[in-house]
Amino acid sequence: MIFKTAAEMAASLAAKEVSSVELTQAHLDRISDVDGDVKAFLHVDKEGALAQAAAVDADRAAGKKVSPLAGIPLALKDVLAQKGIPTTAGSKILQGWKPPYDSTVVSKLKSAGVVILGKTNMDEFAMGSSTENSGYGPTFNPWDLTRTPGGSSGGSSAAVAAFEAPLAIGSDTGGSIRQPAALTGIVGVRPTYGAVSRYGLIAYSSSLDQAGPFGRTVLDTAMLHEIIAGHDAHDATSINAPVPAVVAAAKSGDVKGMKVGVIKQLQGEGYQKGVQTRFTESLDLLASLGAEIVEVDCPSFEYALAAYYLIAPSECSSNLARFDAMRYGLRTGDENGASAEAVMAATRDAGFGREVKRRIILGTYALSSGYYDAYYGSAQKIRTLIIQDYAKAFAQADVLVSPTAPTTAYKIGEKVDDPMAMYLGDVATIPVNLAGICGMSLPAGLADEDNLPVGFQIMAPAMQDQRLYQAGAALEAGLASKWGGTLITKAPALKGGAK
Amino acid sequence: MSTLSRDEVAKLAGLARIEMTEAELVEIASQFGTILDAVARVQELNLDGVKATSHPQPLENIARPDVVQPSLTPEEALSGAPAQEEQRFRVPQILGEE
Repeated sequence: MIFKTAAEMAASLAAKEVSSVELTQAHLDRISDVDGDVKAFLHVDKEGALAQAAAVDADRAAGKKVSPLAGIPLALKDVLAQKGIPTTAGSKILQGWKPPYDSTVVSKLKSAGVVILGKTNMDEFAMGSSTENSGYGPTFNPWDLTRTPGGSSGGSSAAVAAFEAPLAIGSDTGGSIRQPAALTGIVGVRPTYGAVSRYGLIAYSSSLDQAGPFGRTVLDTAMLHEIIAGHDAHDATSINAPVPAVVAAAKSGDVKGMKVGVIKQLQGEGYQKGVQTRFTESLDLLASLGAEIVEVDCPSFEYALAAYYLIAPSECSSNLARFDAMRYGLRTGDENGASAEAVMAATRDAGFGREVKRRIILGTYALSSGYYDAYYGSAQKIRTLIIQDYAKAFAQADVLVSPTAPTTAYKIGEKVDDPMAMYLGDVATIPVNLAGICGMSLPAGLADEDNLPVGFQIMAPAMQDQRLYQAGAALEAGLASKWGGTLITKAPALKGGAK
Repeated sequence: MSTLSRDEVAKLAGLARIEMTEAELVEIASQFGTILDAVARVQELNLDGVKATSHPQPLENIARPDVVQPSLTPEEALSGAPAQEEQRFRVPQILGEE
């Protein structure tokens, strides 16, 4: 049962072939069996999950109308507040904190009867691309347990790839949903900025952050997208417009006559050979399905990484000022009449990890007087140029495409001491965030040199998220008929049994 | 190659209210050159006349009617406090001794 898609599980629940309690218990058993190896979860809420499952089963037995994903288990990135459940954002500074409220994403999941199994591991405050920056140790890639599942939403991607949950929620500030989806052979979508409420999403970089869905298929991902999206008065940047028809698009999956733009700057040098090969093959497949492939030029993308690593740290240095040891979270050094300032500084030293400190320092530097115009100011102008490049490109194409990440999953520890090498892995995902548009990663196959998953990225204009699913579903169907099933079914079996 | 000295990192850490160990200051200073060189690329283009973007969506201030909405109870708001007293957050000493 756990190896089915969420859509198949939903059909079985609707037909009463299985109960949500049984389905939830099967996933909890799977977590007990394999999570000692994968370490996707920071907290498993067994009681809460089974209670939600029982409530959905009761509603169904009473003949009440329930949502399409009612009773389906899900893994939640620990960056989203869930009332009464430990929420850490992967940081020691929030160890033991239990939010007094639900984030809007969690409220929507609960109203839809989705069963939240627990909270997944992540790079601390979503700063990282490998989950190695978690204050609670790394997560391991189910395809090869010596490698990273990507990040920052690596716990969520690993949980879905390891069949610990059919669906998961992540957040994507510079690629943190799409890159881990790519590295674990699943589907991940960063919705348009403002499409999913940020209320209760612990902030890293507020003008870039966006929560979004993971699934093992394009349709499953769309079903979850539809539930979490929508206007929310609690988030002033939330878009007040109807949710794009992503499920219908995922079911149609037609690319006949669709113009697919290949971004010249996001391929070639710096991209692993096997990544490039699978990317080109997928393009050929889209063309054979009736899409028209064109090349587009986005010259400012060359500066996107630099702009991102100024804007995001700048916003983070401001956002993380709230962790001041006064109202919630860790407090250390509060003795012998120590001043508030000294307690704050001691707590922030003890509670923040290396990468968070590095980014706060970088942001503080970029915003300091004398450097502001040269760094932060220039980065904001580059952001305008990137938006203009996208506008020109979308005038020539309905969707834009690139490899999601330049390489497949790398070894745990390989880049952890070389921050710049780690940052370079975000080169293809970052432009989407800077422009506030939407993007998807879906599996394009395994790289020949290492047999690890390769991600294919699709990008669409703001609030045209349905185009991602339309193109993604077509490519997925084409590839599945070639492979005889989805890529994730080719993943090696996990032995399990580790504590 | 850009550089940032150990003392400059210490000053920034002070501004950011992070009491770093000597080892951390030295480590960050040693890594900063590469990172600053990479981000300094934003200065390569002529950006005269380009408008800055602070936010991806065109937004205006949104006001709601001044009506009381449900919110946290004092107990809920204080539930994560490291220390509390008389329904308030208790904080370390803010002013010097009188």
